Amino acid sequence: MSVLVYTESEEGKFKKAALEVASYAKEVAGMMGTTVTAVTFNAEDTADLGKHGVDKVLKVSNDKLNNFNAEAYADALTQAAEKEGAKVIILSQSANSKYLAPLLAVHLNAGYASNVMALPESTDPFTVKRTAFTNKAFSFTKFTTDVKIIGLSKNAFGLKENQGDAAVEDFNPELSSEDFSVNVTNVDKARDKVTIADAEIVVSGGRGMKGPENWGMLEELADTLGAATACSKPVSDMGWRPHSEHVGQTGKPVAANLYIAVGISGAIQHLAGVSASKTKVVINNDPEAPFFKAADYGIVGDAFEIVPKLNEKLKEFKAKNA
Amino acid sequence: MKILVCISHVPDTTSKINFTDNNTQFDTNGVQFVINPNDEFGLTRAMWFKEKQGASVDVVNVGGPETEPTLRKALAIGADNAIRVNTPAKDGFQVAKELAKVAQDGSYDLIIAGRESIDYNGGMVPGMLAAILKANFVNTCISLEVEGNEAKAVREIDGGKESVTASLPLVIGAQKGLVEESDLRIPNMRGIMMARKKPLNVVEPVDSNQATEVEKFEKPDAKGAVKLIDPDNLDELINLLHNEAKVI
Repeated sequence: MSVLVYTESEEGKFKKAALEVASYAKEVAGMMGTTVTAVTFNAEDTADLGKHGVDKVLKVSNDKLNNFNAEAYADALTQAAEKEGAKVIILSQSANSKYLAPLLAVHLNAGYASNVMALPESTDPFTVKRTAFTNKAFSFTKFTTDVKIIGLSKNAFGLKENQGDAAVEDFNPELSSEDFSVNVTNVDKARDKVTIADAEIVVSGGRGMKGPENWGMLEELADTLGAATACSKPVSDMGWRPHSEHVGQTGKPVAANLYIAVGISGAIQHLAGVSASKTKVVINNDPEAPFFKAADYGIVGDAFEIVPKLNEKLKEFKAKNA
Repeated sequence: MKILVCISHVPDTTSKINFTDNNTQFDTNGVQFVINPNDEFGLTRAMWFKEKQGASVDVVNVGGPETEPTLRKALAIGADNAIRVNTPAKDGFQVAKELAKVAQDGSYDLIIAGRESIDYNGGMVPGMLAAILKANFVNTCISLEVEGNEAKAVREIDGGKESVTASLPLVIGAQKGLVEESDLRIPNMRGIMMARKKPLNVVEPVDSNQATEVEKFEKPDAKGAVKLIDPDNLDELINLLHNEAKVI
């Protein structure tokens, strides 16, 4: 009755979120006195999983699963959970995990708690702390089902190395034609850019940037920091930046290690969307901007002068500390 | 085409969040309730199908009588019928089961639910609903066209988007991008008057079992004061980010 984890990979390489889920699962398994089994899809080298606490890997190799498919992946994970007698299943909160977790929950008649922040408060009863009201509060949620599914928030737990080798077993779930009734016809993905979902640092701009033509300096800063770029709601509403970059209550929540807000005053909906980030830096020329009350570090001044200067200084810092 | 739009009744995005009864209940005092923004994008797209392709649009909510003004607002925007499942919404799985019963009874072709509600942020109802109904499902949907029995949709993925095709019946998890913000509708007087005459049916729940229960809520700790840094001393910021916050 091991703890089961879904470990996401891209082009054969595990995502950081997958290793974070494995690290977390190791601790949960410790609390329950059991082991961790990971399910992988078309991943070759699984050594990284062993190093992050996985005891056993169920390795699915199937060309039909090269592209993510929520229904087929949920079906495969259901069979893996049944085979392992898993009572706890842990996923990340990537777009794909959020897509398949509810399907898995119905297949296994399991409760599902998303946006989980920390290790379970207790495993009997099984209770987790999760964010609610878009980070304006936490909810302590108790499962009443035999099988429990946890969606672990990004950066909530971090990576934890455990020396170990995972045993690898080939696993061939039975898939039906119904698993493939949603057909992917095109994938349009920026490969060279850090995505908001994967980013540990996010550089975000607001109306104070005055226009889309001024985003170059934020992109340069993001580039120096290996960060993703984001924006406030008015910026995406005006079409300066795509909707997918809109951070806030009706856009994306961000749980980065570092969130740098430039020219964003800090409406309540925006603050809710970023409050799970660990460190917040605000650059704004209005000392009364509400964001300063929510920030860790603030600079009152002209973003058009500060951002390029900060970028230069960060480049020097990076060069020195490389 | 018969469309069902699932409507969640949620606190307005500007609401201050507080709790009562020893932090076990959400404090509704002074809170304005609205149609969940993700559902509103879906409802607006449904209106487009109604106006351009002659679809019928029903709206449904799982909740007590206090949610009826929100359903009336959806009727004022243009939905044809409203259904309220008469039970408090306590858990995503419970809500999905109730919605599935309504969806089955009405034989809908397209079911639209917001990707997540902005109160509990569970993000599970559309997917669970699809799985219970054994219908196709597209989450984080940012574009939807339907011709006959076939749907073309675009969904947002991490760092991009993905185009998919699927046949009806289909459930989508709607979000910002499905329609433009500027296309969202504010009920006009005629709509409000007409909404009063439209049917709002109350049905009883079929399954009260919950998969999860909220034991209590907690608010984040109050934040310490911001450290202000002189714009001419950016080295200090870098030093703090490196040595104090340890994020670079």
